[in-house]
Amino acid sequence: MTENTGRIVKVAGPTVVAENIPDVRMFDIVEVGNFGLIGEVIRLDGSRAFIQVYEDTSGLMLGETVKSAGVPLSVTLGPGLLGSIFDGIQRPLNILREKSGEFIGRGIVASALDTEKKWEFTPIVESGAELESGDIIGETPETAEIMHRIMVPHGVSGVLKEIHSGFFTITDTIGRLEDGTELKLSHSWPVKEERPVKRKLIPDTPLITGQRIFDTMYPIALGGSAILPGGFGTGKTVVEQMLAKHSLVDIVIYIGCGERGNEMTDILIEFPELDDPRTKRPLIERTVLVVNTSNMPVAAREASVYTGVTIAEYYRDMGYHTLLLADSTSRWAEAMREISSRLEEMPGEEGYPTYLSTRIANFYERAGLAVTGNKEERTGSVTIVGAVSPPGGDYSEPVTQASIRVVGSLWALDSSLAQRRHFPAINWNRSYSLYDQRLIGWFNKNVGDQWSKCRSQALQILQRDAELQEVVQLIGPDALQDTDRATLELGKMLREDFLQQNAFSEVDASCSTQKQLGLLESHIRFHERIRHYIEQGGNLDDILEMPLREQLAGLKYNSEQEFGDKLNEFYDNLDRLLS
Amino acid sequence: MDLITKEYRTINYISGPLLFLEKVRDFPYNAMVEIILPSNEVRNGQVLEIGDKHVLIQILEKTAGMDIEKTRVRLKEEVSRIGVSGEMVGRIFDGMARPIDGLGEIPMDKRLPVIGSPINPVARARPEDFIMTGISAIDGFNTLVRGQKLPIFSGAGLPANEIAAQILEGARVREEDENFVVIFAAMGITRREEAFFVDHFDKTGIKNKVISFMNLADDPTIERILTPRCALTTAEYFAFEKGMHVLVVLTDMTNYCEALREVATAREEIPGRRGYPGYMYSDLASLYERAGRLRGKPGSITMLPILTMPDDDITHPIADLTGYITEGQIVLSRALHRQSIFPPIDVLPSLSRLMNNGIGEGKTRDDHRELSNQLYACYSEGIDIRRLMSIMGEDALSEMDKNYLQFAELFEKKLIGQGAEPRNIMATLDLGWELLKIFPKEELNRINKDLISRYFTEIMEDGIQTPFF
Repeated sequence: MTENTGRIVKVAGPTVVAENIPDVRMFDIVEVGNFGLIGEVIRLDGSRAFIQVYEDTSGLMLGETVKSAGVPLSVTLGPGLLGSIFDGIQRPLNILREKSGEFIGRGIVASALDTEKKWEFTPIVESGAELESGDIIGETPETAEIMHRIMVPHGVSGVLKEIHSGFFTITDTIGRLEDGTELKLSHSWPVKEERPVKRKLIPDTPLITGQRIFDTMYPIALGGSAILPGGFGTGKTVVEQMLAKHSLVDIVIYIGCGERGNEMTDILIEFPELDDPRTKRPLIERTVLVVNTSNMPVAAREASVYTGVTIAEYYRDMGYHTLLLADSTSRWAEAMREISSRLEEMPGEEGYPTYLSTRIANFYERAGLAVTGNKEERTGSVTIVGAVSPPGGDYSEPVTQASIRVVGSLWALDSSLAQRRHFPAINWNRSYSLYDQRLIGWFNKNVGDQWSKCRSQALQILQRDAELQEVVQLIGPDALQDTDRATLELGKMLREDFLQQNAFSEVDASCSTQKQLGLLESHIRFHERIRHYIEQGGNLDDILEMPLREQLAGLKYNSEQEFGDKLNEFYDNLDRLLS
Repeated sequence: MDLITKEYRTINYISGPLLFLEKVRDFPYNAMVEIILPSNEVRNGQVLEIGDKHVLIQILEKTAGMDIEKTRVRLKEEVSRIGVSGEMVGRIFDGMARPIDGLGEIPMDKRLPVIGSPINPVARARPEDFIMTGISAIDGFNTLVRGQKLPIFSGAGLPANEIAAQILEGARVREEDENFVVIFAAMGITRREEAFFVDHFDKTGIKNKVISFMNLADDPTIERILTPRCALTTAEYFAFEKGMHVLVVLTDMTNYCEALREVATAREEIPGRRGYPGYMYSDLASLYERAGRLRGKPGSITMLPILTMPDDDITHPIADLTGYITEGQIVLSRALHRQSIFPPIDVLPSLSRLMNNGIGEGKTRDDHRELSNQLYACYSEGIDIRRLMSIMGEDALSEMDKNYLQFAELFEKKLIGQGAEPRNIMATLDLGWELLKIFPKEELNRINKDLISRYFTEIMEDGIQTPFF
């Protein structure tokens, strides 16, 4: 036996206990049993190591060997990540399929990135250069749009002895430092450790999602974080997919954490077919998918969010804006709970481990707008949007509560809206954004200076609408004055024509900020005119007879090119009929 | 190879369905064992935990008659497997896949592990073939597609079984006969429920297309944990090796979850919500996720689990976790059932997540999606107004409100409440347009003008303002 093996003394579910693994350290990766299953050390107790195994443990026997790799769970970072589909521990699913067929076998080892593909590398530094960690030494075009910047790995620095241009695989040596350290296109990084940055900045630029309820009402900043809590059937996954498709970012990392296989199939089929709205290249070229469906091993599900966020940080370090979508973080928390209970840890609320909120906070804090690099500074960001699946739609449960405390935007999904087929089913009165004040300046400057005014009026109308709805419930709509009825009417129009957005409509699925402002302003102006008309002694019902309402409702279905003309047509009509 | 199987007589504890065995080193985790009683009767068990002090075994049958002194345990199989073969069609098995119909043993084609392996997500094909069930509430609003898992959320006393039977019947009629098999897994159902299905299979002539796995209410609880796995292993064999379309009915998942809770409690695990184990989500997913289709293979597994929501509570952990895993749910309503509306499907909380893949031009009809959204929205509005009316009385309603009210009424009575007769999808859609005639054209804001002009104005020209019934 080699000196670094121990022996299995206990197996219970995904938890294996082994004895006498020499030099074993916390969070080391181990190879378990004759199948060679992959696991991670999560507790040390005397000579015993507790291991969470990322694969099914059936068939393991007492006395089988456990071998430590001596390194913590790490991901391989280098060109070829984009367009890949990984499981929770960065094994490429296509390779697993080639090796074990349609069903995932056990103990399959697969390199995360293609080790044979040659990448064209162009150095941007010359020998003799003083290098520090994080410096860019050269570039390789990873896709048509994304230039993959090769950086000096963290912990490495020195004087460059030699560097070559040409075609290399990710394991070839592309250069050397004076001290003999080899430089390669790829390196590995422990997933649970945040990649260091020079400094984090306060997010002050919005991440444009193309979704009106977010951009206009409850915006998120580049480098911000948001959660999407909602019971089943409220459309979490559709919203996450819309964000993945239409957000104006460089890279999207999508983590399917403990979710449905058939839904992942939708993404896997759609993304190569759909185009990035900005570059018109297939969406898959800017996307990394981390997929650990609900029936795949629970420990790998726990790891999947870390795998995803580490890849996001890596592209941030190159100076890109990345969006990390995690669907669903509740499954991740449940994986923690399951493992914690197998370890017989003292449970906290609802059986979740007491460190749940710490882990959740640590995860969301890996988001941020950051400056990286040394001599030449780069700004990149990681924005995190996590779906939460509260049991029974009850927000008081631990995962939702722990998440709400740390994130900047709450986008509350509402099952009663979903039942009414109001999509996206985001409750406008319950959601909030802590970024809105900081971002409003940007919108006023870059979209139109009437932005903040229109937005706050729309929010007021919606708020008043909700109050009036309650009154109507008690005394009926006829008892209201015409001005209040006008507010109700406008509230309804804002809800239906502005907040509702059809994910399946070609034209309306994504909406530019210009169009958002146009739609919003036309509603606000309509409202002002109605009020004015009523104050002059006019009758609301007369206005409702006019074709204006219908025209306004149809505006959003005009393409970006036609929208301006149609908007002017509406204003002309408005001037003609309601001056 | 060691041909003599070692037998252990080192039991030191038996409680509930669990048994502790000492000084055992050669039992693999999750292996199947045989427990030999002093009377030489043999019972099955499964290894739940292995450790250097003891091995924990879950007994899958009754524990009566076991003792500590004389009872022996021996290894049966490294993993739990069942034999499968094409001959299984038309036969009845118990919850552990042993034939119980008196027709004798079946020559097996191969033996497969019941645990199954997860389908690699990249190997899945998109479920997009419309299955016509003949039920308007499903076909029209919560469309089922091949490879989907769509549970029925029922309540005690609601006709979930009748609806499942109608779906089976509808699906059978339209599939090519050769290529279709129903797998029926009963977990803890009563004799009465069993009789209903057996009778139904007989009457409709579907019997020779069904493979049944029967674990009845008085059969061992723990056996229920294996029953759906036996059924799904068989389903995978027929779907992916024989290329058939398999429809799996699992009833009742509530009993399955209770069995799961029983084992967890016996193991003194830390309970999650309402005493159910914390890993129930993963466990249910390991069943439900076995539905689907594979790229480049003709077969499919479509799953219809039935569960009873305790006290009609949709937030109960069983319904809740199921809803998070399955691609939608069909929710039954006691209020509709009381009005003798059959099938009493409440379309508002019901959902089919894969509906959009299976409808539209070339599959059902081009107006399907928008029409369904419109009907849905109008019904929802009608229900709101009905609630409003119960507070304020009818006088407070506007004319339009009354239209909505009338619409909701007709929607429930005519469209949902179709009775036992199956209805073609085209008839469902036409009836939907018919009902919308209560409203003026302007009120239909979910349907684009083009579709309205094609499907709606024709009827308006006749001058009919209200539906004919």
